[in-house]
Amino acid sequence: MGINRRDFLKLAGLLGLGGKAAFELVLPGEVEAAVARTEATGTRWAVVVDMRKLTDKVAARCIEACHSLHNVPNYLEPPDPKLALSEDLKNRWQIKWIWTDVYEHAFVGFEQDHKWDKLQGMNFLLLCNHCDNPPCVRVCPTQATYRRPDGIVMMDMHRCIGCRFCMAGCPYAARSFNWRDPRPYIAKINPNYPTREIGVVEKCLLCEERLAQGQQPACVEASGGALIFGNLNEENSPVRAALRAHYTIRRKPYLGTNPQVYYIV
Amino acid sequence: MADYKNEFGWFAPKPTVEKKIYSLKAVAVGLGIFLVVFGAPLLLNMGQVHPVPQPSLDTPAIQKLAEKERQCVEPTEWMRANHMQLLWDWREQVVRTGERYYTTSQGKKVLASLSNNCMECHSNKSQFCDQCHNYVAVAPNCWGCHLPKEQNVAKAEGK
Ligand code: SF4
Ligand code: SF4
Ligand code: SF4
Repeated sequence: MGINRRDFLKLAGLLGLGGKAAFELVLPGEVEAAVARTEATGTRWAVVVDMRKLTDKVAARCIEACHSLHNVPNYLEPPDPKLALSEDLKNRWQIKWIWTDVYEHAFVGFEQDHKWDKLQGMNFLLLCNHCDNPPCVRVCPTQATYRRPDGIVMMDMHRCIGCRFCMAGCPYAARSFNWRDPRPYIAKINPNYPTREIGVVEKCLLCEERLAQGQQPACVEASGGALIFGNLNEENSPVRAALRAHYTIRRKPYLGTNPQVYYIV
Repeated sequence: MADYKNEFGWFAPKPTVEKKIYSLKAVAVGLGIFLVVFGAPLLLNMGQVHPVPQPSLDTPAIQKLAEKERQCVEPTEWMRANHMQLLWDWREQVVRTGERYYTTSQGKKVLASLSNNCMECHSNKSQFCDQCHNYVAVAPNCWGCHLPKEQNVAKAEGK
């Protein structure tokens, strides 16, 4: 691939093209590369959220752990009061890797009259589902979003051109776009992890940088047992044990994305 | 006046055009403006001596190393010419394949990371990276996301 993000954008702009059309012309044949599926052997990471242990306080701890580690800007409560935003901009610019929302919003399409009354209003902890059949990967014209053999839906920020097709494709709102330079809105920058630039999309990467060092994801570590992480292909892994012992639900499984974050309710 | 053949093959007297520059004044003014605008950078910089950049290796991490171990991941000459390609390769390797280590030509395994390896030794971006980059007027886009870690050093040295 002898072309970088900057040159690609320039060239596409010059040709008056957008998205896939630009890519087909500049680098023909690169788009339809396979959306590879995981083999049943090897590693398949997954997360189980135990809603019985997840209080609002635990959720806040998980969010704080993730967002401070990964330099996620805070547009809702900027570190400098001078940077405060209007409600409208807060909504539009917000960036989240992991967040909470109530059952009615998070599990649309699951309504079952009174059977699940107890779930109404319950705050669920939400993150990228690292889907087995990820629509975001399918629509990404540059393969900036792609699927690793271990199931992580990974992002190559160097290659993202900010077309936001993936945000339209993801049915879980797991992706956010950088409408502006995020650095002023990061309270304390962690120098060991990059920030992002204006014009790229970001999301949870399942702490792949921590997994590489044999650590658990930061949110799992901070959750005190409410989040369970492990390899689905391993018979005795904690996630398999949790799935065997409990009834779990997933977000919008009827869409065929095969999400890999499970909720014990 | 000689006869003249046009594209239809007919003969006609060759048209005569007077050889002169019309509106000489306007042309001269235009030419003058052109020369000033395009010649300005040359004229302004004429005679100025730009010292050859001297990237500094004076950082705590490098000073701490024994004289014999004071070597980059590859020989200095090679790094000077190829560091950009190396960083590019690291980037592809780490992000796309997940392989986070690079084996040097001396067979040593090193962490393939700009912020977490290069900048640990070269913790003086403005005195090291920027020296040559400014001299040759290139603007690498690494720093839009990756952090140079320079402030930490400034703080540590200030103590
Ligand atoms: S949750 Fe959204 S961003 Fe994550 S893999 Fe699925 S479709 Fe892609
Ligand atoms: S915005 Fe999304 S779809 Fe577009 S290039 Fe970036 S990752 Fe791919
Ligand atoms: S797995 Fe890592 S990146 Fe994803 S939400 Fe948890 S802490 Fe954040």
